[in-house]
Amino acid sequence: MDAKAVDFSSSTRLTIPGRQSAVRDGLRALLDTLLLQSLPADGRGTAEIVLAEALNNIVEHAYAHHDGEIEISLQLRQNELLCRISDTGLPMPGGQLPAGVLAPLGDFADLPEGGFGWHLIRSLSKDLRYRREGGRNLLSFRLDTQQSPA
Amino acid sequence: MELVAEQRGEMIVVSALGDRIDAAGAIQFKDRMRELTQTPSLRVILDMSRVAFLDSSGLGAVVAVMKALGPDRKLELSGLTATVQKVFRLTRMDSVFTIHDHLPDGLRQVG
Repeated sequence: MDAKAVDFSSSTRLTIPGRQSAVRDGLRALLDTLLLQSLPADGRGTAEIVLAEALNNIVEHAYAHHDGEIEISLQLRQNELLCRISDTGLPMPGGQLPAGVLAPLGDFADLPEGGFGWHLIRSLSKDLRYRREGGRNLLSFRLDTQQSPA
Repeated sequence: MELVAEQRGEMIVVSALGDRIDAAGAIQFKDRMRELTQTPSLRVILDMSRVAFLDSSGLGAVVAVMKALGPDRKLELSGLTATVQKVFRLTRMDSVFTIHDHLPDGLRQVG
């Protein structure tokens, strides 16, 4: 697929199909925008991690049983990137975001192979909010573009 | 994700030639790693110096590969780039893996 973002130096918008392969292309398109290109490498890396986790989560869970689109809007305000992501998939279970607590590392054979996603999102973002409105999931958060909090 | 392996004495060095280990490629990565480490060796080193990005599914795949190798044949990692390092640090997986800054001398040009 040919993902193309509506790209301005201070804001960008992109709509992608809610599929795994489209997430990869969408991330590439976002990372290539003037907006994300203008960030320091560390801020760009943080944005890629958090956006990837949020988008993968939508594909794997919200769109587990039906197709749909994902809308991503990014806005740069001073040293922060405001991110809004919406989809028409299934709501979050219980209407709430997962806690994102890491499983204990424990013994070799019990090392966790998943459950990292929300932990990464929560560690790297601020003002993480979720709400369900008119059949849509709306996720928003802010990212520090200068230096990641962790 | 293209992976290339080379046997060096007691060691298998696998070089990741693609620039990302992500949700879309995690299963393929696991399968290919399993194939490439069929030959017995004491050590397996994964050169990740070309991997610019790894997401939580990619991390899960790397952990799964290490567990599949078993406790006596640990997976060592080499050349983590900045974003990949951040994912390992935030998930505390940097305390689980042996991580080298770069490949041992004489192995730099593998792949």
